[in-house]
Amino acid sequence: MRRDIFQAIADPTRRAIIILIALQAMTPNNIAENFNTTRQAISKHLRILTECDLVKQEYQGREIYYSLEIEKMKEIDIWLEQFRKIWESRFNQLDEVLSTIKKNTK
Amino acid sequence: MKNSLLFDLTVDKSTNTIFIKREFEAARSSVWDAFTKQEILDQWWAPKPWTSRTKFMDFHVGGRRFYAMVGPEGQEHWSIQKYTTINPITNFTYLSAFTDNDENINDEMPSSNWDLNFSEQDGTTLVSILIKQKSLASLEQIIKMGFKEGFTMILNDLEKLLKHLK
Repeated sequence: MRRDIFQAIADPTRRAIIILIALQAMTPNNIAENFNTTRQAISKHLRILTECDLVKQEYQGREIYYSLEIEKMKEIDIWLEQFRKIWESRFNQLDEVLSTIKKNTK
Repeated sequence: MKNSLLFDLTVDKSTNTIFIKREFEAARSSVWDAFTKQEILDQWWAPKPWTSRTKFMDFHVGGRRFYAMVGPEGQEHWSIQKYTTINPITNFTYLSAFTDNDENINDEMPSSNWDLNFSEQDGTTLVSILIKQKSLASLEQIIKMGFKEGFTMILNDLEKLLKHLK
């Protein structure tokens, strides 16, 4: 099943993981130490984040380090920015309509 | 003058809610009319190059507005809004859903609850809009659809800009 980034960030634990690994690459054990949950639960979250391409894995010896895919995170901002633009444009049009109404009623 | 007017758009993914705030340099009754009268609404509701075409609008509790967003190539996206509460010039709420061109609600598309509030201070009217989606997936879909419309809008701006550069 293909997942996407909005689903990934729907969960508060996953959002917290994103914030943690944005600062530095971490192993699943390091990450789990920050949460009051099982190592298995963290692994599941990491799997979802990986499937969404939000995190990347790097092997160093026997350890796997997880870090954030910054570019992918930007996608969310891009969507929001377009959405914001629509409302901006809509409201600028309303400004014009309102100013026309004002003139006509004077 | 326009620059000092507030515009704020935030998304809370944990509650699937979009919050929009905007100030207008007009009396509250005029802004209210612009949101609740079909002939004014159609003049601004669609971001250019899209246009808004309202087929009917019955602004009463239980009444509905049935309208299309019409794209630059004539493509039509129909929606219906069903008014759930109305407190003249202060607040109104509605349920919004996507339909086919025959008023049949498309269940595969997200529906949302809208809550619009109007307040006035020193001749400036503040409109606060709260859009609540049923799920994060619907919120995502709405934002992505916005992306599509926003994209044609940007291409249009770009076209204008290029004409100026020639």
